[in-house]
Amino acid sequence: MKININGNSKEFKGDKITPKQLINLLKLEGKRFAIERNGEIIPKNHFNGIYINDGDKIEIIGAVGGG
Amino acid sequence: MVDKKLKNNDKLIIANRSFDSRLLVGTGKYKDFKQTRAAIDASGSKIVTVAIRRINLGQNSDEPSLLEFLPSNEFTYLPNTAGCYSSDEAVRTLRLARELLDGHNLVKLEVLGDPETLYPNVVDTINAAKILIKDGFDVMVYTSDDPIIAKQLEDIGCCAIMPLASLIGSGMGILNPWNLEIIIDKSNVPVIVDAGVGTASDASIAMELGCDGVLMNTAIALAKNPVLMASAMKKAIESGREAFIAGRMDKKLYTASPSSPVKGLIK
Repeated sequence: MKININGNSKEFKGDKITPKQLINLLKLEGKRFAIERNGEIIPKNHFNGIYINDGDKIEIIGAVGGG
Repeated sequence: MVDKKLKNNDKLIIANRSFDSRLLVGTGKYKDFKQTRAAIDASGSKIVTVAIRRINLGQNSDEPSLLEFLPSNEFTYLPNTAGCYSSDEAVRTLRLARELLDGHNLVKLEVLGDPETLYPNVVDTINAAKILIKDGFDVMVYTSDDPIIAKQLEDIGCCAIMPLASLIGSGMGILNPWNLEIIIDKSNVPVIVDAGVGTASDASIAMELGCDGVLMNTAIALAKNPVLMASAMKKAIESGREAFIAGRMDKKLYTASPSSPVKGLIK
């Protein structure tokens, strides 16, 4: 399946994946970030409870320097 | 010496949070995180703005992050909406920021209207502020120096009004002190000059006008020596504040007044 992550299309095995699994694959464990799926925030306590599907649009954001 | 009583009681209060410093600083445009941290330490600031962006996936994933250099037990983060040109984008960005920062709800709202001047779009700013306040955010709002808009933003519940002194990153200083004075006179929430400060005297002037604080980024980050400029800004904010509270003497346009006694002159 294909998921669009931060504007780039990425290929994953299978037809669905939990946010927790995606975070592991992207090596983001222990980092500070927030995730949106198709414009809706996925709360941290839902990382195991829902699935990301083929064609979903994911945004993963963090804090950077700014004024 | 500063009157101790004044110093202890003169904290900056924003949305029931108390801060020792009236200088708020951005974290952009520095050479690296080490310089960011050194400058912010020299500034004495306790509130630091951060931007919300897509994280870097793949390469350099082991690099330390900005938040590790500025831990939350030492600083209050002020996530901003820099780069947002509509109320929808701004609201979306700050909801993500709240999730990122574990429910932290103190934010800086700015909705821009033009990429060249970065002048605020006050209509979308007001719309976004209404949505965010209803959603439980404490909104510090970047706006133009229009006193009517400033009052409207206060009336809908913004916890600090942050008018520009001049354009973002311009370093042009305080271009319309009269408008700022009107905003300060009419406001019941803190007024913080946000944007335009170029050097220490600009920050002092803002504080002497009666501003509750100043938020700046470029004036420090793009100084030839950012850490020294941060220290200068700290002093400028403090001296401007003390001068405001002390109350300046009246101006006498055409009448000189000698400081030394006129009696007892040697003849």
